[in-house]
Amino acid sequence: MKFATPAGANPIDRMAIVGRAHPRIDGPLKTTGTAPYAYEHQHLESKLAYGCIVGAAVAKGRITAIRVHEARDAPGVLAIVTAQEAGKLGKGKRNTAKLLGGPEVDHYHQAIAVVVAETFEQARHAAGLVHVDYDRTEGRFDLATALEKAELAIDPNAAPAPKENRVGNFEEAFAAAAVKLDASYTTPDHSHAMMEPFASIAAWNGDELTVWTSNQMIDWGRTDLAITLGIPKEKVRLISPYVGGGFGGKLFLRADALLAALGARAAGRPVKIAMPRPLMANNTTHRPATRQRIRIGCDAGGTITAIGHESGSGDQPGGSPEAAVSQTRLLYAGANRLTTLRLAELDLPEGNAMRAPGEASGMMALEIAIDEMAEKLGMDPVAFRVKNDTPVDPEKPQRRFSERQLVRCLEEGAERFGWSRRNPRPGQVRDGRWLVGFGVAAAFRNHLDMPSGARVRLGRDGHITVETDMTDIGTGSYTIIAQTAAEMMGVPVDEVTVRLGDSAFPVSAGSGGQFGAANATAGVYAACVKLRDAVAQRLGFNSAEAVFADGRVTGGNRSAALREAAAAGELAGEDKIEFGDLSKTYQLSTFGSHFVELGVDSYTGIVRLRRMLAVCAAGRILNPVSARSQVIGAMTMGAGSALMEELAVDKRFGFFVNHDLAGYEVPVHADIPHQEVIFLEEADDKANPMKAKGVGELGLCGFGAAVANAVYNATGVRVRDYPITLDKYLDRLPPVD
Amino acid sequence: MMPVRFKVNGESRELTLDPRTTLLDALREHLHLTGTKKGCDHGQCGACTVIAGGRRINACLSLALQHDGDAITTIEGLGTPDKLHPMQAAFVKHDGYQCGYCTPGQVCSAVAVLDEIARGVPSHVQADLLQRPQASNIEMRERMSGNICRCGAYSNIAEAMADVAGGRG
Repeated sequence: MKFATPAGANPIDRMAIVGRAHPRIDGPLKTTGTAPYAYEHQHLESKLAYGCIVGAAVAKGRITAIRVHEARDAPGVLAIVTAQEAGKLGKGKRNTAKLLGGPEVDHYHQAIAVVVAETFEQARHAAGLVHVDYDRTEGRFDLATALEKAELAIDPNAAPAPKENRVGNFEEAFAAAAVKLDASYTTPDHSHAMMEPFASIAAWNGDELTVWTSNQMIDWGRTDLAITLGIPKEKVRLISPYVGGGFGGKLFLRADALLAALGARAAGRPVKIAMPRPLMANNTTHRPATRQRIRIGCDAGGTITAIGHESGSGDQPGGSPEAAVSQTRLLYAGANRLTTLRLAELDLPEGNAMRAPGEASGMMALEIAIDEMAEKLGMDPVAFRVKNDTPVDPEKPQRRFSERQLVRCLEEGAERFGWSRRNPRPGQVRDGRWLVGFGVAAAFRNHLDMPSGARVRLGRDGHITVETDMTDIGTGSYTIIAQTAAEMMGVPVDEVTVRLGDSAFPVSAGSGGQFGAANATAGVYAACVKLRDAVAQRLGFNSAEAVFADGRVTGGNRSAALREAAAAGELAGEDKIEFGDLSKTYQLSTFGSHFVELGVDSYTGIVRLRRMLAVCAAGRILNPVSARSQVIGAMTMGAGSALMEELAVDKRFGFFVNHDLAGYEVPVHADIPHQEVIFLEEADDKANPMKAKGVGELGLCGFGAAVANAVYNATGVRVRDYPITLDKYLDRLPPVD
Repeated sequence: MMPVRFKVNGESRELTLDPRTTLLDALREHLHLTGTKKGCDHGQCGACTVIAGGRRINACLSLALQHDGDAITTIEGLGTPDKLHPMQAAFVKHDGYQCGYCTPGQVCSAVAVLDEIARGVPSHVQADLLQRPQASNIEMRERMSGNICRCGAYSNIAEAMADVAGGRG
């Protein structure tokens, strides 16, 4: 189904099932521990062996010798695979650094060997007996230094733009502005730190490979595993029905899957591998640190006349920039504009997508800058944002947003939160020993179209089965897909079985970039339209007029049970949603506002979040329960990025020091108070037949800045370098009475 | 290899194990009770929380042999998809999970936390150590803070626990 013109009325508009709060259909499995994750599939014919990954102990250099004889002689060892044993390997289209290093080492903890043994304990022990000699060479590990000579770069995922993206004359307008802000901000490297480690089981049957894994994008993983192994894609099957968190870290083929396949081939047995937690931060990808400069010029009335946002980040050779300026191209009006990205080559581990790549880091800076500018102007930060709203793409004024409810998000949020009680003078509000502050930020994240396929079957018993390689990474895919099929076919949700995450099923959008829910359900919609046609034809109805409801098909003055259509044999509909130019004609984006109240202990400086509210406008909300969870989870990650999350770089040896969950701090229960989310009514007919857009990343974009602005409001201390930790503000707190 | 006997979810189990085997790996790899999750294997995340001898522990931090004679309750021992434990049902009702990987540990911890509060076990956030602790929001959040949920379902988990604690009277 080609989606090339705005959606008209369609069966989803009934919203009898879609859009209603429905508990997750996978809930009973997940809460009882019976949902099988990658490492837990047990129904294999041969006995599983265990693999243990050996990571490089230097960041840059060359392996001069790997001595494996001691490991090979250790009890239970079945095989050891290094780059030499593996032979010629390709590199996946979406991998920047090789997944199996050697003899060249590209980054710290890059996998350089896998040891396969009968048991986990034996494999782990033998991995420690692999002795490696390195010729360590100098590497580039300091972003600030590397950016001094870095070139301008283009965001490969954004709309085509020159390296220096300009509108009007930024420099002149900024110089002439009545009120100016010129400030620099930094965001550190972030780790996805999902709870389920990267894990895979690989089993060969002749030249056919099956891998149970934990991956957000089944077809990307399948494609890249085939390329890396140099075998036809048709010989590779990936299965990933449950994914224990990904946040972008599991968008790509990673070393666990490749090494399980290589280890299984060498051992002649199925092999399971879970990446040890302490390897994850350096072996896999991370959100790259940024150094950002923002300049805003306004007239005395608070209208933005010039806005400039420049960001620099680093990555492995061949990598891409963190597109931290992308939202600045679209969020606020302003006649004169400048946005640039700079990319430095670094020898730190590979930087890549993490939840809301670009906007998450960019909004952390931009939304502090907006707060600072509002204060310079003596304006309320909500009012300043409202004043500079734009109904059109500021770079291409003929191009409108399909829907843009930013102002309503801000104004309704302010109302609901009691924003009028905020004291605009910082450091003034006390509650016992606590300094209390309010903060606000806009939320913004683009919506992306992705083709997505599905197959929907009507069984002889009238039961509906949906099959797609879409994944559920905690997002609620199982449930919203069941709701979509139930709505389309006119059956209750419990008459629908959803089967996900298998490369034997039609290729879907996958999970990433908050594009999963809207596109995958649109693909299911398309397949259901095909199945409805088949049903109507079988039962002798005019497909265009047939109404599917209550397990029956009705047309004219006739009605038949849906199951009758399959009485003589199962019916199936398979299709995919594809897109025309609507996303070029219109800008498809999601909007929101974040409001935060927090307390800063006037003695110790500790920050405690008190209240959090998000108001979101993101198209039709397919299931308010799971959508709300996406937003509160994103806000929680945003709280982490504001207050604690930072991969600390060892600039001498080139690695992330705090590479486990003890050192890389993320929010815990005690950090997060009750959270409120409001979804504004919206149906975006330019997006897809579901009239839905993404929401899973919107809740992260801007939240960190709302926290930073609240810390400022509480204390009068402006911190521009994340995370906002005690060392950056304790000595500047107001004197204790 | 060494023998070990314990009761898991009420059932006597005998295993002969490599002494290096953690309780977590004994449950997952030898008894195929994979509901208990391995998130970090270093006692940092809480995904492997089980109840041993009436106390919640991180199963990755003890060797299986240390539990000879113990009674261990895992997530599988609390309820099944067809017959959920009240805490499991409350997690479903309040959407107290997303990816589901930390969930069994959260559920085991939540059950044990309410039991600790009922037994009067004190905590760091208690205003008065001489008073019995209450199942307040901050009390439960403090006690649950060893169970990380990277998806960020904390607010909903707190509501699920409050629901169960309230229902208990």
